[in-house]
Amino acid sequence: MLNSKIPAGNLDDKWVDYKGHCKLVNPANKRKMEVIVVGTGLAGASAAASLGELGYKVKAFCFQDSPRRAHSIAAQGGINAAKNYQNDGDSVFRLFYDTIKGGDYRAREGNVHRLAEVSVNIIDQCVAQGVPFAREYGGLLSNRSFGGTQVQRTFYAAGQTGQQLLIGAYQALERQVALGNVTMYSRHEMLDVVKIDGKAKGIIARNLVTGELEKHFGYAVLLCTGGYGNVFYLSTNAMGSNVTAAWKAHKQGAYFANPCFTQIHPTCIPVSGDHQSKLTLMSESLRNDGRIWVPKKQNDTRKANEIPEEERDYYLERRYPAFGNLVPRDVASRAAKERCDAGYGVGTSKHAVYLDYAAAIERYGKTEVGKQGLTNVSHEQIIALGKEVVKEKYGNLFDMYAKITGENPYEVPMRIYPAVHYTMGGLWVDYELQTNVPGLYALGEANFSDHGANRLGASALMQGLADGYFVIPYTLGNNLADEIYNAPIPTSHPAFEEAEKAVAERIQKLKNINGKQSVESFHKRLGKIIWNECGMSRSEAGLKQAIADVQALKKEFWSDVRIPGEINEYNPELDKANRVADFIELGELMCVDALNRNESCGGHFREEYQTPDGEALRDDENYMYVAAWETTGEHQWQLHKEELKYEVIKPSQRNYK
Amino acid sequence: MSHNTMNLKLKVWRQKNANVAGAFKTYEVNDISDEMSFLEMLDVLNEKLIVTGDEPIAFDHDCREGICGMCSLYIDGKPHGPWQANTTCQLHMRAFKDGDTITIEPWRSNAFPIVKDLTVDRGAFDRIIQAGGYISVNTGNAVDGNSLPINKDNADAAFAAAMCIGCGACVAACKNSSAMLFLSAKVSHLALLPQGEPERKSRVLNMVAQMDKEGFGSCTNTGACEAACPKEISIANIARLNKEYLRAGLTAE
Repeated sequence: MLNSKIPAGNLDDKWVDYKGHCKLVNPANKRKMEVIVVGTGLAGASAAASLGELGYKVKAFCFQDSPRRAHSIAAQGGINAAKNYQNDGDSVFRLFYDTIKGGDYRAREGNVHRLAEVSVNIIDQCVAQGVPFAREYGGLLSNRSFGGTQVQRTFYAAGQTGQQLLIGAYQALERQVALGNVTMYSRHEMLDVVKIDGKAKGIIARNLVTGELEKHFGYAVLLCTGGYGNVFYLSTNAMGSNVTAAWKAHKQGAYFANPCFTQIHPTCIPVSGDHQSKLTLMSESLRNDGRIWVPKKQNDTRKANEIPEEERDYYLERRYPAFGNLVPRDVASRAAKERCDAGYGVGTSKHAVYLDYAAAIERYGKTEVGKQGLTNVSHEQIIALGKEVVKEKYGNLFDMYAKITGENPYEVPMRIYPAVHYTMGGLWVDYELQTNVPGLYALGEANFSDHGANRLGASALMQGLADGYFVIPYTLGNNLADEIYNAPIPTSHPAFEEAEKAVAERIQKLKNINGKQSVESFHKRLGKIIWNECGMSRSEAGLKQAIADVQALKKEFWSDVRIPGEINEYNPELDKANRVADFIELGELMCVDALNRNESCGGHFREEYQTPDGEALRDDENYMYVAAWETTGEHQWQLHKEELKYEVIKPSQRNYK
Repeated sequence: MSHNTMNLKLKVWRQKNANVAGAFKTYEVNDISDEMSFLEMLDVLNEKLIVTGDEPIAFDHDCREGICGMCSLYIDGKPHGPWQANTTCQLHMRAFKDGDTITIEPWRSNAFPIVKDLTVDRGAFDRIIQAGGYISVNTGNAVDGNSLPINKDNADAAFAAAMCIGCGACVAACKNSSAMLFLSAKVSHLALLPQGEPERKSRVLNMVAQMDKEGFGSCTNTGACEAACPKEISIANIARLNKEYLRAGLTAE
């Protein structure tokens, strides 16, 4: 059994006690200690900035041209915090409870409670940095509700909350760069962790502009490299988002936890053809007013507006009368897939359902008529008034939809389909965010710790910033306090030389294949296998087939991939090849994990384990554990279990009917 | 939903790196769906180039949803192409018609050296931010978020300026390669908020000095930057920047 190092004591006191008793590094010693931070999204930028402020010598790395590009920037909706500014009964406990329940009882109580505790500090910190959150006329911060919770605890900046929070963290980071506390390495990719005497002591990074390999020493290595959703090829992740840093850590002994826990977001713009390179998310808030439906007739070829009301199936309202269109993400996604698989899908691909604003437009129009005291109003006028209201609330999303599809969502229903959005699984970490490899840490989406089997809306930003601003500054010091007696290790040390040589050889090997197929074509094929068999629903037979298919794909990749250009130059195809090679291996592990977990929970739905009416069937007796996988050879993994103990919350069946 | 396809001619700037001269090269792409994004059209071309043993065209891109600011491209003489308030990654092929010739160039500015083909180095923007584009507050020093009420109009105006994605289209559009719109967006964002008050003078002076050092040109008020900005950052921010700069200069100790 793995030791998660959760402090003893009452849940409320654990973090306070930890902070009161953890070891410290004095300022003079901090100045001598180099720390490596890989990734500059919310977790990485906040960690690098905060550690720089404390006096550590930080080296920060990102593969983009600037730390401000990290994909946290694309988060739309908002960030949760238990401020209870709305006086509607919110509290640290409620945020903790909602997160555990939303995660379908597969997250750690201790970590999640700490997350809820520090959530309030995040908002204060961001306001102090000048993050322009939405405000009310009285000048105070505005909140909205999100993802079906019963309180208003979500702070936001229009539909660009992630952007504003990231720019805040980026500015704090650049300030430390200016002060000389952080050295920034843009257009660099980490290609291995260097271990000395079992501890992480540095990295091998590739300068993506020159192709040169670099050796960097650090007393600790923090991976803040995001999730692995791009294993599916099509996802809402940025094109460059990748698992490489985390996967290299895994190959160096770090356990990978719950890789099969992936989140499929229900409201994305559907695939339009084979050329598709990525998918675009439409904020979950659209489900507040939109009604989701498909025709009652299979393979109906009529246009949406030609299908009369009585021939439409509002399947979420039918199946889940209590929550209707506002069921959680995993439930909404599966229901859409079920209808499309049964032949009721719409659009040219038949892999889409309608998200219809006609009823909302009419409802808002009538409300406006009442508000403005109008009489003798025609139906057209009502609709025009309603469109105005909808435009004010969702205008930017409607514009985005129109830009991508060329259709006018005010006139015809939008077509939506679920898409991969977030990965709850990631590197296994203990309470201190340290992996099982001493000195190696994982923060934000790169770790597995806080969201269980399903993440609630507006919680990803919260976790990234909690880890970077308020957790790692304490937990890192607790471990580095013992390292002050050890001198820095020069990068001429044989371990660095060997690691660099191994990386160089692997790159040369990839380049030497000189096959016929492009990296992208392999990535697309991998994505299709994982999407079909380890996506929204999984089965034993399908997963076994997928494992065989991925293994065959790996063989083909390593014998027929073609990488143009040279190694020692700017070569995005080579960068991609390095990443896809790792995605292929991860894809296999995801299927292994999904096959091992003989239950359905959160984003993991095994067809064999469902209730008679098609709902997820959890098995708390046998699977209330974190599955942490250790690599033991090619295609081989050893399972380590971390038992999940619920001392405060009593797990129950999630019911949205 | 229409599925029109088109055949196009592309004139693309190819340049191996910053140290060698570049040139336009012409390519043909066929059966391009009007549902593709512009970058997906380039993906199609690159796949073809890779399979036929040619080198693919290097261009920056990441989120492909118009927010990260990584994509660039000067398309037919316009930064981010023909659509208003749009990034290249959100430009779709519906904007073009069968038989068109499209000219694709990188951002052109001495302050943005070419890395390869259509990829440029925008590190100058990071260094301008390093010169003062922040509020100096260490983690853990904040008071309660609601202890400082902020007038909604100012908060909204600060947000409108903070929407800048740092793509550099303003510089590419400007005949002088001026970075004034980028710089003014950050100065405005922070000057409009009470949190930005203590460093208001030093911020604007230091950031302008850094901009000059990077080799960006002067502003001559043509408004080309505003017209090209994918986030419609207003040129009124430049007026505010000038006011802030003058005020800081006149009242400096």
